[in-house]
Amino acid sequence: MSDKRLIYLDNNATTPTDPRVVDAMLPFFHNVPGNAASRNHPFGWAAEEAVDYARDQIAKLLDVDNREIIFTSGATESDNLALKGVFEMYKRKGNHIITLKTEHKAVLDSCKKIEKMGGEVTYLDVDDKGMINLAELEAAIKKETILISVMWANNETGVIQPMKEIGDICAKHGVLFMSDATQAVGKIKTHPKELGIHLMAFTSHKMYGPKGVGALFVNRKNPRVKVTSQMDGGGHERGMRSGTLNVPGIVGFGMAAEIARKEMDADAARLSVLRDKLEQAFIDNLEEVYVNGDPAHRMPHVCNISFKHVEGEGLMMTFNQEVGVSSGSACTSASLEPSYVLIAYGLGDDLAHSSIRFSLGRFTTEQDIDETIALVSKGVNHMRDLSPIWEMYKEGVDLDAVQWTEH
Amino acid sequence: MAYSEKLLDHFKNPKNVGTLDKTDQNVGTGLVGAPECGDVMRLQIQVDAEGIIEDAKFKTFGCGSAIASSSLATEWLKGKSIDEALAIDNMAIVEELALPPVKIHCSVLAEDAIKQAVNDYKTKNA
Repeated sequence: MSDKRLIYLDNNATTPTDPRVVDAMLPFFHNVPGNAASRNHPFGWAAEEAVDYARDQIAKLLDVDNREIIFTSGATESDNLALKGVFEMYKRKGNHIITLKTEHKAVLDSCKKIEKMGGEVTYLDVDDKGMINLAELEAAIKKETILISVMWANNETGVIQPMKEIGDICAKHGVLFMSDATQAVGKIKTHPKELGIHLMAFTSHKMYGPKGVGALFVNRKNPRVKVTSQMDGGGHERGMRSGTLNVPGIVGFGMAAEIARKEMDADAARLSVLRDKLEQAFIDNLEEVYVNGDPAHRMPHVCNISFKHVEGEGLMMTFNQEVGVSSGSACTSASLEPSYVLIAYGLGDDLAHSSIRFSLGRFTTEQDIDETIALVSKGVNHMRDLSPIWEMYKEGVDLDAVQWTEH
Repeated sequence: MAYSEKLLDHFKNPKNVGTLDKTDQNVGTGLVGAPECGDVMRLQIQVDAEGIIEDAKFKTFGCGSAIASSSLATEWLKGKSIDEALAIDNMAIVEELALPPVKIHCSVLAEDAIKQAVNDYKTKNA
């Protein structure tokens, strides 16, 4: 990367580590070298004390007991542990799991594995705004159902599901409720116990902490939830996840949680203003712009938008020397398939290929947004000048009636 | 994924963007791809009395590689006979732009667009 100032609007992919977090971590690389599981010397005690402190910081953010936090390597591992761990632990009770088609791959691929292990999984549709249908959810529950897994906020669109209502349905039917809350924790209030959530996966690097450390909240009382470990070894983390704890990472994760607890409301208020400014500018400046996901139930810092008749990756190439974002276009993935999340919302492949996700963060400034509005608007106009389907649309050609040559 | 300088130049400063009159007897038009697949390429040639391509224009909806492939194709087409145009191979485009493997389909699309444009011209003038 050059010295030129770059604008980072891909905070849903990962957030920059807050400098205050880095400062908190540094002593634990060299000055405090111990293994938190070494119980016989001051080096181990110091490491264990630091881990316990971080566990408290994280528990406080979630308003849970510190014994309910299980450290992992990240949200993918937490999702795997929750889903496969519950499936193995409760398989005598039933083998059925319900989830959404718009979940993260860490959940969907764990569910695919569970199907191979003899489980049955129902993948529910969402509506055109990305929201779950609660009646369909309740209707899908049967006596073999052991777990319902619904993500708190979607990574691509920021759509927030009605967690309280889902929790009530789970309680009514005596089914465990798990949530992949990776995109929500540290950004909005996430108190699992208030909503009837029994397991919750999240990670440090989406909330201004370091990469490589995450956690799973596991409810301890009413009901006492247990998961079968997926990583065997020294029996760390109450036997649910073996492996030497990443002490500097956990210290950073704890610091990130403490900062989030104090600052996330102010961050959210500031970012929603900037996000709305960005979104409204595109709507005002450009034609044929479509916002994806329910604007009434959405994370404050995310804007997923389709610029019709412009291909997402091509559009990104017009400004990716200056601004970093993501696209739902197939061309950004090796599979050549556009975003399955947007397809589940009922978008046509053409609009899914035309989508860009802007995700703002704590270090986003108003100047960043103003520059992004100018660069992206210019890029959209450039791409439309080049686009034969934009020209056809402007001439009034019915694009749905054209015989395209699929390839 | 880093792109070649040539590809980036064709993307940022595309050559021969535009539209020829598709009803003109001397103009052949190729329209390939589909919006659902993420790329649509329209390539047009204007052929003189000697059967030489005197002008070529394109418009493309697609990624940077698709735009660069069609821009390059129009450059190569100018001055060629229609038979020489048919001999343009997609792998030549791949080599010239150093397209990565996942983008080879963009060059195939450009070759298809050339063939369709030439065939359209031939049909009109049969």
